Amino acid sequence: MATTRTFRIWRGDARGGGFEQFEIQVDEGMVVLDVLHRIQAQQANDLALRWNCKAGKCGSCSMEINGKPKLACMTRMNSFAESETITVQPLKTFPVMKDLVTDVSWNYAQNKRIPKFQPRPRDPDGAYRMYQEDVDRVQEFRKCIECYLCQDVCHVLRDRHGREQNTFVGPRFLIRLASLEMHPLDTADRIPAVRDEFGSGMCNITKCCTEVCPEHIHITDNGIIPLKERVVDRFYDPIAMLMRKIFG
Amino acid sequence: MLNVSEIQTIDHDVLVVGAGGAGLRAAIECSARKLSTGVVSKSLLGKAHTVMAEGGMAAAMGNVDQRDNWKVHFRDTMRGGKFLNDWRMAELHAKHAPARVHELEEWGAVFDRTKEGLISQRNFGGHRYPRLAHVGDRTGLELIRTLQDHGVHSGISFHMECTGLEILKDGDRVAGLLGYWRETGRFVIFRCKAVILATGGGGKAWPVTSNSWEYTGDGTAMAYNAGAELMDLEFTQFHPTGMVWPLSVRGILVTEGVRGDGGVLKNNKGERFMFNYISERFAPETAATVEEADRWLKGDKTARRPPELLTRDEVARAITAEVKAGRGSPHGGVFLDIASRLPADVIKKKLPSMYHQFIELAEVDITKEPMEVGPTLHYFMGGIKVDADSQMSSVPGLFGAGECTAGMHGANRLGGNSLSDLVVFGKLAGEGAANYIEKLGTPPKVPDAHVTSAVRAATDILNRESGANPYLLHEKLQETMAKGVGIVRVKEELEQAIAEIEAHKKEAETLKAPGASQYNPGWHEALAMRSLLVTSEAVARCALMREESRGAHTRLDHPGESKEWVNFNCVVTRGPDGAMRVEKRPRPPGPAGLVAIANAKIEDLESGAVGADAK
Amino acid sequence: MAPHPSAIGGHAQGFGATERKDGWWVEPIVTVVVFLAFVVYTTWAALQGTHYHWGPYLSPFYSPLLFAAPGDAAGLHHSWFGAWPSWWPSFVPASPAVLILIFPGSFRFTCYYYRKAYYRAFTGSPPGCAVGPLAGRRPYRGETFLLLFQNLHRYTMPFAVLLVFILSYDAVVSYWWDGRVGVGVGSIVLTLNAILIGAYTFGCHSFRHLIGGRTDCMSCGKATLKYGAWKRASWFNERHMEFAWLSLVWVMVADLYVRLLSMGVITDLNTWGR
Repeated sequence: MATTRTFRIWRGDARGGGFEQFEIQVDEGMVVLDVLHRIQAQQANDLALRWNCKAGKCGSCSMEINGKPKLACMTRMNSFAESETITVQPLKTFPVMKDLVTDVSWNYAQNKRIPKFQPRPRDPDGAYRMYQEDVDRVQEFRKCIECYLCQDVCHVLRDRHGREQNTFVGPRFLIRLASLEMHPLDTADRIPAVRDEFGSGMCNITKCCTEVCPEHIHITDNGIIPLKERVVDRFYDPIAMLMRKIFG
Repeated sequence: MLNVSEIQTIDHDVLVVGAGGAGLRAAIECSARKLSTGVVSKSLLGKAHTVMAEGGMAAAMGNVDQRDNWKVHFRDTMRGGKFLNDWRMAELHAKHAPARVHELEEWGAVFDRTKEGLISQRNFGGHRYPRLAHVGDRTGLELIRTLQDHGVHSGISFHMECTGLEILKDGDRVAGLLGYWRETGRFVIFRCKAVILATGGGGKAWPVTSNSWEYTGDGTAMAYNAGAELMDLEFTQFHPTGMVWPLSVRGILVTEGVRGDGGVLKNNKGERFMFNYISERFAPETAATVEEADRWLKGDKTARRPPELLTRDEVARAITAEVKAGRGSPHGGVFLDIASRLPADVIKKKLPSMYHQFIELAEVDITKEPMEVGPTLHYFMGGIKVDADSQMSSVPGLFGAGECTAGMHGANRLGGNSLSDLVVFGKLAGEGAANYIEKLGTPPKVPDAHVTSAVRAATDILNRESGANPYLLHEKLQETMAKGVGIVRVKEELEQAIAEIEAHKKEAETLKAPGASQYNPGWHEALAMRSLLVTSEAVARCALMREESRGAHTRLDHPGESKEWVNFNCVVTRGPDGAMRVEKRPRPPGPAGLVAIANAKIEDLESGAVGADAK
Repeated sequence: MAPHPSAIGGHAQGFGATERKDGWWVEPIVTVVVFLAFVVYTTWAALQGTHYHWGPYLSPFYSPLLFAAPGDAAGLHHSWFGAWPSWWPSFVPASPAVLILIFPGSFRFTCYYYRKAYYRAFTGSPPGCAVGPLAGRRPYRGETFLLLFQNLHRYTMPFAVLLVFILSYDAVVSYWWDGRVGVGVGSIVLTLNAILIGAYTFGCHSFRHLIGGRTDCMSCGKATLKYGAWKRASWFNERHMEFAWLSLVWVMVADLYVRLLSMGVITDLNTWGR
C-alpha cells in the first residue's frame, strides 16, 4: 500500500544550510534509502548521499534518522508511524561536505596509525595453525563494515572533542586493535599504545557504540573492556606487575 | 577558455583504477616493486563491491579433501566455463590460488578453521571438492579489509571518491588518466606510465541486479574508448538466487553457500525440481535421487552432489523455466529452503549475514520459513581482452584485472572463482605493469587536446539550459536490457535492443544535470551513463553474433552448444568512425596437456592416468 | 551573518538535546530512582543492627556475620566469631553490616556495567546515545585521571566470589532448623538470592579476563579448562546487566523479607510450622 510521507532532510554544506521538507510516495517494503533515492530522482537530483550495497554490508549510507545513527538501507519505513515526519541528518561527529555526506577521512588516518599485523613464523610444513575456538573472538571484530556509526555516536568523539584533539581513536579502531591484540598469530605488543596513543582510558564504557552497531558486534563487552583489562594487567595491577618483576 | 595547466595534476608510476580486491592486490604488488602507486576509487576505501562476495574463494589447498589439486580445479573451471576459458588464465588461476590464500592469512585474514587448525574449505556449485576458503558468509569483506589494512602500510596513495573519465595516451601508449573528484566536481589529471583497470562489470544496465551503483562498466568503456579490444561480452552471469521481495531489495544476492550447506530449491508444489534439470554433461557427477544427495551432504564420498549445486547458468535457467510454467512463488521466484534442513542455531552460525539480511530487509526468518529467490544479474565474464601472463590489454601500458577483464571464466563463472581471480590476476597485473615500466624508454606525455575535449564533454552536461533526465534515461536502458538481453535471448529482440540502445545514445548526448558540480549525483549519473551505454551495446552486439547457447548465454533460436563456436570469441573494437565493431575471431587451440586434463574423466585424473606429468 | 558552525548538520546542541523521538530518558530516570532507593534502603538497613535474622534465615546484608550485634544473643548461632567486640570504638555505628558491606559495595561500584549505568544516569556522560551530554564544555578525561581507581575492579572480585559461596552456605542452612530439614518461603528467597548474585558475579568482566580471556590461545585446539570456564563466564557476561539489576533488587527483597519476619509484621510459610 502506497502512502505519502513527510521527510525533513538537512541540506547544505560546510558554509551552512537547513532542513528542507519533502512529501513523497512510499511503497510497501521500502527502506529509508529507497525513499531518499526517490526524492533524488524526482524532486532533488543533486541531493548528496553515500550508498553502495544496499544490503547492510558495506557501511556507506550512515546517517542520523530521527536522531539515531543508522544505516539508511537497513531502516525500514514500517518502523515509523504513518503520520510521523522523518528527520534525516548527516553524521554529527564528522565535518559535513554536502547534504548527508560527511568527511570521514579522519577515520582512515586513525587506521593508518595502527601498526600492521605481525605474524609469527609458519609451522615447519608451511601452514599456520589456529583454532576456531580461539579465532571466534577475532572474527566477531572483523565483521566490522566500517560504517563509523560507533564513531559518530561515541560521546568522546561527538561531544568531547576527542576527534579534534586526537585523544581517542574511537570504538571502531579499538576493536580493530582488539582484533590484532587477540589474534593468535600476531606477535606485536600493542598494549602500551592502546593506553597511551589510542586512549583506551577515555572510553567510559557507556556502550552507545554497541547499541548502534549494525553488525551487532559486542564492541564494549568483547572488545574494549578486554583491552582495558589487558591494560590493567600491564599498568595498574600491582600484584601482576610485581610478579613480572620477580619472574620476568 | 579552458586552461589545462590549471587542472590539478598528480604523478605516479602506476595508477590503479578501482579499489576492490583486484585493484588493491595490484596496487600492493606495484608498491612492493618500489613504484609510486596511486589507487583511484569511486567510493570510500573498503566499500567496493568485493564486500558483497559471500561464499568464499576457491583454492585447491586440499585441507578438507586431500584428493583436491590444481588439476581438478582447472578441470572444474573449464567445464563450468563450457571450454571457452582462456586456457592459460584458467591454469594460472588454479595453480596460484592457494598461494594467494596463504598470503592473505599472512596479512591478517582470519578464515574459518578445520578441526586441525587449518583453513577450512566449503562445497560450492561446480566444484568437485570442498574448496572455498571462507569466513562465514562474509568472505569478500575479509578479503577487502585484509588488503586494505595491508595496503595502507605499503605507501600506496589512495584517491577516494574520484571517478575516472578517460585514459590519456601519448601516441599508442598510456600516459595517464583524466578523472574528477566527486566531492568538488573538479577535474584531475593523473600522469603515469601504466594504468591498471580493476573496475568490475556493468551490471547496472539491468533492473534486477546484485551489483551496486558503481557497476557502470567504467573501465571497460574507458579501455574501449582508448582503443583496447573487448571480448566475450555476451556472457553475463545471472546468479540463480537473488532476493525477489520486497521490491526495493530485488536482486540482492542470496549466497550459494545456502545450497552448499544443504539448502534446496522447491516450486510452489513443494517439489525439489532441480532433479528434472540435470543436463547430460553433469549427469554422471550429479545425484540421481534425494537420498543420494543427502548422503553426499553428510560427507559420504561415494555419493554424488545434489543438483542444486549445478553451475549457476543451469540453476538460473531451471528457475526461469519453473516460473514460466506457473510453478513459481507468489512474487515470481521459487523457494529456497534451509529451515527444514538444518537446526536454527546451525543456520545462524553458518549463514549469519543471510539470516540478518532476510530478517531485516524482508522480515523473513530463514530458520523458520523458506526464502523466495530468483535470478539476478551478477557478473560479467567478458570485458577487456588481456594477455594471460601480463594482464596487458591491446593498448601498451593499459592493464586489467578482475571482473573487468575477459577470458578467465569463459562462458560461465563458478562461484568462488572470482575472489581467487581478483588476487591471482591482481598480483599478475601488478607484476605486468612493473615489468612494462622497467622496459619503458622515455616517459609518456599527456596531450592537452584530449584533456580539453574530455573536460568539455563532461561539463556540457551541467551547462546545458535543459535536457534529458539522467535517472530516467538509466531506467529506459534497464528496461531495454531486461526485455531484449535477459537470460534467454532471440535475434529479433536483440536487434530491437540494439536499436533502442542507439536511440539512448542519442539521448545521452542531451543529458542535463541541474545544480553545481559539487557532489552532484545527477551529474555523476549522467557521466556513468556514457560508460554503461558502451558496455550494454557491446553485450547486445556480441549476444547477437554468437549463434549458439553456451554457459550464461542462451539463444532460444540457437539451442545447444555448437561445435563451431567453441573455437571463436566475439571481439569488440571501436572503429575509426567511432562506431562499434564486433568480430568473430578464432581462438588459438589449447595446449595438449591442458586439453587432456580438462577432458579427462575424474577417475583417470585422480588415478594419474591423465595429467600425471603436469606440474 | 555567517551561520554558527553548530548549525551545520542541524544537530541539537546542549544537555539533553537530541532529534530522537523515542523515550531515551526513561532508562536514566529509572536508573536514578532504583539506585537511589537501593542506596537509601541499604544504608538504613545496614545501620539498624537489628532484625537481620529470623530462625535459620540471615539477611544477605549481614552475611557473613562476623560478630553478632551488641546484645543480640539470638543471633549468635549465625555468627562466625561470637559476640560483638568490646573494643569497638563508640563513634563507629555498632552494626555487623558495616564490617562487610564495603566488599560487595566496591565490587558493584567499580563494575563495568554499573559504570555505564551511572555515568549515563548520574553524570549525564552522555544521558542517552546521540543525546547532548551534561557539562559538555568542561574538559573530559574519561577514566584516565580521577577515575583511574576503576582499574582496580579486579581486586574487589575475589571477595565477591567468596561472598557467593558464603551466601550459598546461608541458603543451604536455611533449610535446616532445630535439627530438622524443611523448607520455607525464606529458604527459597535466600536460595534465589545466592543464585542471582552468583550469576552476576561469574559474569564479571575482570573474572572473565583473568580466568582465560587474557590469553590469545585459550584452547589451542584442545578442550581446555581455561576455554570451558571462559565460555561459561561469557554466557553470564552477556547477561551481566540483567543479573546486575535482578540481584540488586532481590538482595533488597531478601533483607526486607527477613526484617519483616523478625519484626513480626509477616509470617513465614514453612514446613516447620513455626
